[in-house]
Amino acid sequence: MREITLDNLDDIARGAGILGTGGGGDPYIGKLLAREAIRRNGPVRVVDIDEVPADATVVPVSGMGAPTVLLERVPNGGEELAALRALEKHLGRPATHIAPIEVGGVNSMLPIACAAEAGLPIVDGDAMGRAFPEAQMVLPGLIGVSNSPMALADDKGSTIIVEAVDNHAAEAIARAVCVELGCQISCADTVLRGDQLADGLVPATLTLAENLGAAVRAARAEHSDPVAAAVTMLDGVPLLTGKVVDVSRRTEGGFARGRARIEGTGADTGRVLELDFQNEHLLATRDGVTVATTPDLICVLDSETGEPVTTEGLRYGLRVSVLAARCDPRWTSPGGLALAGPRYFGYETDYLPFGS
Amino acid sequence: MRIGIDVGGTNTDAALLGDDDRVISAAKSPTTPDITSGVTAAIRALDPPVDQVSAVMIGTTHFLNALIEGARLAPVAAVRLGLPATAALPPMTDWPERQRAAVGGHGYLCHGGREFDGRPLSPLDPDELRRTAADIAAKGLRSVAISSVFSPVAEDDERRAAEILRAELGDGVHLSLSHELGRIGLLARENATIVNAALRDLATHIVESFGKALAEVSVTAPFFLSQNDGTLMDVDFARTYPVATFASGPTNSMRGAAFLSGLADCAVVDVGGTTADVGILQGGFPREAAGESEAAGIRTNFRIPDVLSLGIGGGSLVGDDGETGPRSVGYRLTEEALVFGGATLTATDLAVAAGRADIGDASRVAHLDREFVDRALARIAERLAESVDRMRTSAAPLPVVAVGGGSVLVPEALPGFDDVRLPGNFGVANAVGAAIAQVGGEVDRVFQVPDGKRESVLAQAREEAVGRAEDAGARRGTVRVVDIEEVPLAYLPGGATRIRVKAVGDLDLNHIKTGAARHA
Repeated sequence: MREITLDNLDDIARGAGILGTGGGGDPYIGKLLAREAIRRNGPVRVVDIDEVPADATVVPVSGMGAPTVLLERVPNGGEELAALRALEKHLGRPATHIAPIEVGGVNSMLPIACAAEAGLPIVDGDAMGRAFPEAQMVLPGLIGVSNSPMALADDKGSTIIVEAVDNHAAEAIARAVCVELGCQISCADTVLRGDQLADGLVPATLTLAENLGAAVRAARAEHSDPVAAAVTMLDGVPLLTGKVVDVSRRTEGGFARGRARIEGTGADTGRVLELDFQNEHLLATRDGVTVATTPDLICVLDSETGEPVTTEGLRYGLRVSVLAARCDPRWTSPGGLALAGPRYFGYETDYLPFGS
Repeated sequence: MRIGIDVGGTNTDAALLGDDDRVISAAKSPTTPDITSGVTAAIRALDPPVDQVSAVMIGTTHFLNALIEGARLAPVAAVRLGLPATAALPPMTDWPERQRAAVGGHGYLCHGGREFDGRPLSPLDPDELRRTAADIAAKGLRSVAISSVFSPVAEDDERRAAEILRAELGDGVHLSLSHELGRIGLLARENATIVNAALRDLATHIVESFGKALAEVSVTAPFFLSQNDGTLMDVDFARTYPVATFASGPTNSMRGAAFLSGLADCAVVDVGGTTADVGILQGGFPREAAGESEAAGIRTNFRIPDVLSLGIGGGSLVGDDGETGPRSVGYRLTEEALVFGGATLTATDLAVAAGRADIGDASRVAHLDREFVDRALARIAERLAESVDRMRTSAAPLPVVAVGGGSVLVPEALPGFDDVRLPGNFGVANAVGAAIAQVGGEVDRVFQVPDGKRESVLAQAREEAVGRAEDAGARRGTVRVVDIEEVPLAYLPGGATRIRVKAVGDLDLNHIKTGAARHA
């Protein structure tokens, strides 16, 4: 993939939705935004991490807020660019490249829209290799890259620069601003130099998203199993295929947490998988035994279509397949697990590599 | 007595039900392009004592078909209140070209709207709306769809904008307001509102035609139209909200099946000429599909029944390998099937050869190899059973009700499902479903739920839903809450929670007759 065009955008959105492990919201609005931005400005050039010059200024852009709000208060369209421009002004130099902060839902699409509007190339990689709910849960944090300065922008033209004492504080400040401004803002933060990308980003995740989305689409077209195609593409393992029979949700500490119970069908008849989620799917317990945990990817797909199912989309009666895939190995280091392991999210269990 | 009518693309089905809900008579006649004659023919075939008919309930696919064809639609001004937000995706951004052209593609972005918690997003600008009205008038548009950001939380801006536009455009203008039609999700709700606005003229015409048809057969009772969720709307409501009829077909069929079999919780297999549709009834209402739905390629937020279709019907072709479908002779069954003297082996021929059905001339299928027939029918049963199994949500025994003209293909027991029912009048289940429809009310918006106040907020939502059902014509005391859904808004503190409550009750004819029914 050297360009993102109207032709491969759908595949990228679908694949990124799967890699988003239930988080990031319905990619529908994001996809429309990217599509319209490409229509207006032309395709977006994609560059590999090793093509980026060492002194390049790479700026990840993203949206922060509630996916439900995004569905209602549709963006103005200039927010990401406004955040980018505010950050450039603060830095005193222009960005040379855009990067996604995560692959998943809306945030896989907003940087594409921003890159199209800004006329900049996008880096084929991201700072998570999946989706996570909080701003400090990024690999650059592990190599000492700060997420400050962070530029925030709303749809009315206001911008804010955050210079926080650490990444957790930046997340807390941004979250408070986000709520006050109506629960949907845009962010430009975690500025990387070109020579930091190899250590700071998971490489080639846009390409992976495109290939994954294309594999699911192709399987559907030839009436073969789209879930099996996704498992193969991710080198993952299927955990269970069944029906959602219960979903309970609660709000805790500002996050929507919950648990879904999926009863097996077909070859999985008689088995039960319990799925714990906090915006993303974080823990899979099959027949009472933990079988996969964050930071590995726990993906839920519609069994029929292979389309990703978000945590908000989990509904009684839905027929789904759950699969696990390896996270980037840097996430399983002590520092990575401290940021995004099961205990950070309040679960009384350690990281368990699936299949072990 | 009540008359239920289902106006389908091919047939108009009718059923006459007594006050004890017994089916007194049933009839089928071809649907006609002029609407009225097909309906009068079906009612005449029922031969009802017209002075004893207290209500007529009609399910129709007219409005959905008009949208699919992109025909008979009025041009619409789509006014959105939400600037500076929402400018990235103007109205009708994601519509198919045919439908967009049919409604004219006139979108207007204006200021107004709310935040998720009800705070103003930007102030409504009366001068901007007057300028918009001038342009609408200059273009000669007579139907306006108004959608405001977070109007399910606070509807005031839509109402104020409607007043301003009406003052400028005159009383003859049709105004469709999004908060009356849909839930959270601006684009899907706005789409439904635009489609509704485009159907307003057609709705007036169709409602008049139904009225004429009833007058022609001397039925003076009030009539109602079926909505997507299996509840009723009165004539005023139908003229104002035609879009709410879109998914009434499968809903009526499933509810009719449940009613005819006396079951409230079951699987329904509706076998037509080309497909078998499998759905699940819970508490007498169809289980709804997750997520958003599409109508004619336009994303909307209607709740539609969760239906699994497979290509097996009475007209399905049977291959040499004993596999049936998905190709079908469809409505040409009575010319092409072997039992009707044709040359095509269809699923109906199998049923006749096996002695399950008495259709056409059985001697024309006497030559078929009985072992082949049994094997092919067993395979059909196996595939139907697989589909029911995929739809069910627990391992508990689940009765299966088979309806529709092709239900002769369904045996007395399916693999894994011992309890299969073939109720009487199975061919007009959809008309029966229309006749038994109840009246509903729904609340779906974002509530602030402070710590420890969840119960009182839920109680408030339930009360609102019950009140809406009563306002819509449900008899007090019969209204019950049938569905509650709570989804906390992700990534947000403060307990903002989207709550949806649906309530239904029996139709109160006195309430309707006194003209007291008004819809929220």
